[in-house]
Amino acid sequence: MYYTEGLPVPETPSPGETPGPWERTDVVGKPRPRVDAYERVSGTAVYPSDIVLPRMLYGAILRCPHPHAQVKKVDTTAAEAPPRVRAVIGPGDPKTDLPWSFRDVKTTLFPKTCRFEGEPVAAVAAETLYQAWDAAGAVRVDYKVLPHVSDERRALEKDAPKVHENGNKLKTDTYSRGDVEKGFFEADVVLEQHYRTEAEVHTPLELHGCVANWDGDVLTIWESTQGVYAVQSRVAEVLGLPLSKVRVIGHYMGGGFGSKLQTSRYSIVAALLAKKTGRPVKSFLPREATFLAMGNRPPSNMTLKAGVKKDGTLTALSFTCLGTGGAYPAGGTSLVDWQIRDLYLCPHVRTECTDVYINAGPARPFRAPGHPQCSWALEQMLDALAEAIGMDPVALRLKNVPDYSQGREGNPPYTTTGLKQCFKEGARRFGWEKARRKTAGQEKKGHLRRGVGMAGSVWFVGGGGPPSTVILKLFSDGSANLNMGASDIGTGTKTVMAMVAAEELGLRPEMIRIEHADTGTTQYATPSGGSKTVPTEAPTVRDAAVQVKRRLLQMAAEEMDLPVEDLRYTGDDIVSRSRPDRRIRIVDISGLKRQGVVVGVGHRGPNPEKKTVNPFCAQFCEVEVNTRTGELRILRFLSTNESGRVMNRLTFDSQVIGGVTMGIGLAATEMRILDANRTGKMVNRNWHDYKLPTSLDVPADIVGVPIEMPDAEANISGAKGLGEPVTIPTAAAVANAVYDAVGIRITESPINPLKLSSLLEQQKKEG
Amino acid sequence: MEKPNPKRSLSNHRISRRSFMAGVGAGTVCVAASSRLFASGGGEKEEEVINADSLSKLSLHINARDHHLLVEPRWSLLYVLREKLGLTGTKEGCSRGECGACTVLIGHVPRYACLTLALEAEGAEITTVEGLLNGEELGAVQTAFAEEDAFQCGYCTPGQIMSVEGLLRKNPSPTTEEIRIAVSGNLCRCGAYSHIFKAAEKAAKARSK
Ligand code: FES
Ligand code: FES
Repeated sequence: MYYTEGLPVPETPSPGETPGPWERTDVVGKPRPRVDAYERVSGTAVYPSDIVLPRMLYGAILRCPHPHAQVKKVDTTAAEAPPRVRAVIGPGDPKTDLPWSFRDVKTTLFPKTCRFEGEPVAAVAAETLYQAWDAAGAVRVDYKVLPHVSDERRALEKDAPKVHENGNKLKTDTYSRGDVEKGFFEADVVLEQHYRTEAEVHTPLELHGCVANWDGDVLTIWESTQGVYAVQSRVAEVLGLPLSKVRVIGHYMGGGFGSKLQTSRYSIVAALLAKKTGRPVKSFLPREATFLAMGNRPPSNMTLKAGVKKDGTLTALSFTCLGTGGAYPAGGTSLVDWQIRDLYLCPHVRTECTDVYINAGPARPFRAPGHPQCSWALEQMLDALAEAIGMDPVALRLKNVPDYSQGREGNPPYTTTGLKQCFKEGARRFGWEKARRKTAGQEKKGHLRRGVGMAGSVWFVGGGGPPSTVILKLFSDGSANLNMGASDIGTGTKTVMAMVAAEELGLRPEMIRIEHADTGTTQYATPSGGSKTVPTEAPTVRDAAVQVKRRLLQMAAEEMDLPVEDLRYTGDDIVSRSRPDRRIRIVDISGLKRQGVVVGVGHRGPNPEKKTVNPFCAQFCEVEVNTRTGELRILRFLSTNESGRVMNRLTFDSQVIGGVTMGIGLAATEMRILDANRTGKMVNRNWHDYKLPTSLDVPADIVGVPIEMPDAEANISGAKGLGEPVTIPTAAAVANAVYDAVGIRITESPINPLKLSSLLEQQKKEG
Repeated sequence: MEKPNPKRSLSNHRISRRSFMAGVGAGTVCVAASSRLFASGGGEKEEEVINADSLSKLSLHINARDHHLLVEPRWSLLYVLREKLGLTGTKEGCSRGECGACTVLIGHVPRYACLTLALEAEGAEITTVEGLLNGEELGAVQTAFAEEDAFQCGYCTPGQIMSVEGLLRKNPSPTTEEIRIAVSGNLCRCGAYSHIFKAAEKAAKARSK
């Protein structure tokens, strides 16, 4: 009764043989609510921030209020005085002020020189959260405030204050192919334009933080993280503990978007406070601190020069970017040129990206690092070129679709690419041509103007890869337990994995229980990010299921005294091919009964050689601009995605609407504002002043259209990543639609009413 | 389950306004200042001034059950629910009235538990997301959220559910526009809004059956 009835089960490949692609699927690809939906909607899911342990204390971290300062003296006397304060730690004590580093730049947990607003200065533990904050507030710190630089555009000026001793330039990366000068010479139209995207802050709904508890020399940390193994290894390294003695658990987590991929100082601080007090310590950051210290999508200052022939052939792209990862090396320009290098056919390309230091919080990977910024420049430029040569924007893009990766050494082909189909099918489903005609012909009466826009994208990774190990246990009653280390960051990983195991075993998905994201009890996995979790874990789970089937076939062969090649696994039983009357039910296999369980260990196989695995996307949208107020309403969005096989049609849509919504934030509402001229502090470090898209800012009509091309070469599940591609082209598509509506090209994000109304005003003046 | 009485809403608690303000402020420092102010206050009538971390007795009526506990006057209802009563379905996203993760019903009205002092909530009918369950069974709004996949990470979800529950109690068949407005105080960084609209519509239909 635990098995699907009447549905075929995939053939079991013999040992040593790699399973071929599923020929048909009955579970995978169908819409299915999440395996943990009950827990999430009932309130019974225990997120790390929900953990309350007996005798638990609360930790609070005092943070530097200046963007650049020397900590001259920390006086903790007043903080230690109140009766319910249990520990205060700060700089200078070698037991607690441990070494810390950002990539290769060394600092400490409580640095003497604070290089960004929000660096930790001291920490306390007390009986209640309120007392902890009282105590943190009572720590007296003498700062010597140093000059700061908070605008990357000024970081390289001669007299700019230095963030690090050897100056503010971190590096310049260059890339080139062909000869751009030649390319521009061959072009019929050459355009050049400057673009800028503002810094965005991740701010997942669950705060960053953890609960730390020691049992003797064994440390357990419940952390809101995208990767429990990543936290385990950093904590073990900093505290000098064996990996086996650091257990990190993150069963649920309330969003990360890249900001919870890495380990932060707060985890070490919580462990130290717990050690010092001999009590569990819960330490979550206040919301404001997450705006300052938990990463950002850095601002990008981009210049793009592009050449095109009259027939739409791109001839040259020349791109420069000035960016910043903040006060430490943090990938301020990482991948920011990738769309330029790889998305459209172009023989002559040159890019140059300069990453500088400023006195602001270090960047962290933010959903498709670098890509939406690059898309903002490239896709607006493509529309401008299309207009200049009198070509339809979709047609221009279709003219330049590659089937190999030009940006990579040796030009490897993509295993599959559905970019062309994304454009074509997207345009058809959106009604692109008709919509364009309609906006072009709209009456210029009244104050409302409609516009449509589109953009395409490729995501740099998204194919996943080794290592990964999972264990699948089939119990004697035929139900199963899947054990994997990966986190489910909200994308529905657990559900997809249950569906994969169910498909392969012929089991009903509800019969599979998942244990995950616990370094003490589940298998090694890399952090969930980069849209690589499904293409990494799904093949691994499939492999584990195949191992279980092989083991069961062997057991049945011994019991039935038949050669194993003669047997076929059908789901609820195993049947002889030559004598179909001879069969045994899985639950009757005496080997299974005796052992109580059959275990399959799955591993992630290698990725294909000399090919690259990438997902593609195109998006279309319609907007309405109020020319009186500068307000922008986004009326509808359509996203076509080629991400290999669709694993769960329902969570596919959730990813699409989530990515589009986040992209609308970049396009229209979000920007970090630093008081660069005076204090250097962030002035909108809260959700009132830093505006996320709300339910009033997004269209109800967001449609996901999968271009399904199971990728047989990518991996044995056929899936590629989806979570990042869905947010890459969104902002550019909005900007293009605004241009279509009012004829103003907005090259600097965000397109908010303030900006739009002043540009409209200017347009009116200039007639 | 007993139907909450919408008329029983936030009460005025017995502690004085002065001590109340002191408690809400920045803790001990503020209390000290306030006590000094009081000491030099001359002709003022003597008022009860309590320290920020002194404890008061409180009874809360949550999900049709009474809870008796000792609280500091400055503790938010959110802190008490999550850290003292183990009702962690109500989430904390900001503790300053920006995100709605902490939304609960007071009477039938959605309120931010982080902006509600525990003492203020005495005598009120409080419903949290756990209170929508019937035994182990999900309520109509919860079921619709599960079926429509109206979430990703799920952290804003209890708050969204409570806002929709509050809406449907007042307005059993809302338009999409009314739904949008009802959840506009609930941020979802995962961006599940359009599925939330669908779930709310579905729940409205299910409830009216
Ligand atoms: S926690 Fe109450 S509004 Fe954010
Ligand atoms: S589901 Fe993650 S914030 Fe709403």
